[in-house]
Amino acid sequence: MSTAADLDMRVPSGTTLLNGWGRTAPSAAHVVAPASAGEVAAVLSGAGKAGGAVPRGLGRSYGDAAQCAGGVVISSGRLDRVLGWDPDSGTLRAGAGASLDALMRQFVPRGWFVPVTPGTRHVSLGGAVAADIHGKNHHGDGSFGRYVQSLTLVSPTGAHRLSPGDDDAGSYWATVGGMGMTGLVTDVSLRLIAIETAYMRVDTERADNLDEVMSRMTDSDADFRYSVAWIDCLAKGARLGRGVLTGAEHAQLADLPARLRGQPHAFAPRQRLDVPFTAPGGLLNPLTVAAFNELWFRKAPRRRQGEILSLAAFFHPLDGVGSWNRLYGRRGFLQYQFVVPHAGSEVVRRALEALGAAGVPSFLAVLKRFGPRDPAPLSFPIEGWTLALDIPVGARRLGAVLDDVDEMVAAAGGRVYLAKDARLRPELLPVMYPELDHWRARCRVLDPEGIMTSDLGRRLGWLEANPA
Amino acid sequence: MNDALGMPQTAVVVGATSDIARSIVRELAGRRLSKVVLTGRDEARLDAVDEEVAALGIATHTKVLDVTDVAAHSAFVKRAADALGQVDLVVMAVGALEPDGPEPPGPVETAELFATNCTGPAALLTAFAKLLCDQGQGRLLVLSSVAAVRVRRVNYPYGASKAGLDAFAQGLSMGLEGTGASVVIVRPGWVATRLTEGRAPAPFATTPDAVARDVAAALERGTSVVWSPPVLRFVFGALQFLPRALWRRLPS
Repeated sequence: MSTAADLDMRVPSGTTLLNGWGRTAPSAAHVVAPASAGEVAAVLSGAGKAGGAVPRGLGRSYGDAAQCAGGVVISSGRLDRVLGWDPDSGTLRAGAGASLDALMRQFVPRGWFVPVTPGTRHVSLGGAVAADIHGKNHHGDGSFGRYVQSLTLVSPTGAHRLSPGDDDAGSYWATVGGMGMTGLVTDVSLRLIAIETAYMRVDTERADNLDEVMSRMTDSDADFRYSVAWIDCLAKGARLGRGVLTGAEHAQLADLPARLRGQPHAFAPRQRLDVPFTAPGGLLNPLTVAAFNELWFRKAPRRRQGEILSLAAFFHPLDGVGSWNRLYGRRGFLQYQFVVPHAGSEVVRRALEALGAAGVPSFLAVLKRFGPRDPAPLSFPIEGWTLALDIPVGARRLGAVLDDVDEMVAAAGGRVYLAKDARLRPELLPVMYPELDHWRARCRVLDPEGIMTSDLGRRLGWLEANPA
Repeated sequence: MNDALGMPQTAVVVGATSDIARSIVRELAGRRLSKVVLTGRDEARLDAVDEEVAALGIATHTKVLDVTDVAAHSAFVKRAADALGQVDLVVMAVGALEPDGPEPPGPVETAELFATNCTGPAALLTAFAKLLCDQGQGRLLVLSSVAAVRVRRVNYPYGASKAGLDAFAQGLSMGLEGTGASVVIVRPGWVATRLTEGRAPAPFATTPDAVARDVAAALERGTSVVWSPPVLRFVFGALQFLPRALWRRLPS
């Protein structure tokens, strides 16, 4: 007799089903949480036989980057301490499992802010390095790897202290944006930036179509440290790509209204709402999303200057809603982000048209101009336009439409963001990331036996040498 | 690996010479499928399918396998896993119909029918379920039939054997919860294939390609039971309640 209980006994004991923030393609792995670099090394030495290993921070990559089906997932959760702080240089040393949220809660009240933040505070330092995260200040400030002074990497060959200033910085840059394939980062020394207040001074402007959004961004980007546009993907025809631009600076003390000046560094963001269960599939459909987008567009002022917003309200509005990914229902969602060089900027329009024609609803689309790239071979940002879309799984032809957009992006010399990818055709990876071979060679030095692997890596075949 | 849209890169196709299996492979080849292991009982027919699949740009391995030869299963599973690395999808598409005619099959034919349609596949699914659990991911696609939902007088041995497999797959599906492995049950109606050639089609008849499209859509949506065509879900939902006296008299 085969019973459910018998079957459960056959399940490898102690495995955990993991998925990314998009809640698609789950897989089961052994999760371990070492508390020191020595323990990480011990885990890695046993991981070769156990089906490979990948680091995992807070699980906020959207796809399968921090999953290792049938293998070992090394959580950085216990490596979360602040290890040192030098107020003279503003340099912080912390465990790779420390979240930007925890760091901000500790250091914003002292007048310091992280140099780069994505749209959520709930990412770990290790994840920030592995994905070489970018923020609304990329056009001027670049991505995360630029602000790391040094880090400790435990690779299968041992512990390495790496820095962008090394004579041979190849291992450092292979780790930055390297999606955990060089080993596990255990601690990071990071330069923070000084801020006079915990507030932002924000200018908002509405634009009626994509050309207007892009030309205004091109003209005004240099005036702002932070700049981004929200795009209504469902507007069609002459209104295609209408959007709301925001540009912002850290507010000076003098910018604050009197009631805020007493405690200019107050920072205690709260989660205001929670999504307690998975919503029924189809809640976010073309109708509801179009209604939301219409409201969002109309509520934005045609033009407003000097609005004072808290750091959390400006950078991390979605962090106010716990588990918002459940709104997308059981099937989950894709976050699709690409960048194309300026010469290929028309791909932004063609992508919006293709998705619109297929009736694919996108809730939040974010458009931004990236500045110059970092030397990391697998880092996503290159100079040009980037568009990020949230798309519920389930729309008919979604796979085919995104395949078409991938082709346009690759042909224009662009690429998709690996921390968000969940479905790229493997053949396009070396086209989008032409330095892949170079990166792979460096991975082989740090991990000669190929112990580091992930569902993302297996799916894209990035560690397999190209068939000659 | 299976991607976010449920599309596999590798597959083991058991009963690869069946028309429905061939259509499924063709459909998935247009998406992400790049490597397959094909099995069949008849070597010549298997070679022909191998050629057809290789022409789609897919790397193939073939293995002559009789699904009723349970002793050969574990060696086969290991070979398939070695050939593919990760097994993303197992398509269980073996199946036989009883001979067309007024007489029901005799005892030996009945036992053979159950071995081919039910006990053999159930044993092989069990072996693959273990592999997929160890992998932490993968899907078992089980070709059942609407005939399994309510057994008809005309082809009750076939219907009953599929009902056994269908029920087994449902149980397996529950047992695999939380392992990363999962089961998709496909219940096609009357499909125009080599198997049904020369027989009178039933209402809502469909084609192998249409079944394959429904299968791909179900993989994409994470559906656990696929009716093909989809309307049969409601038809059979209603037919379950037809009194036995009427059901028995339904024309073949």
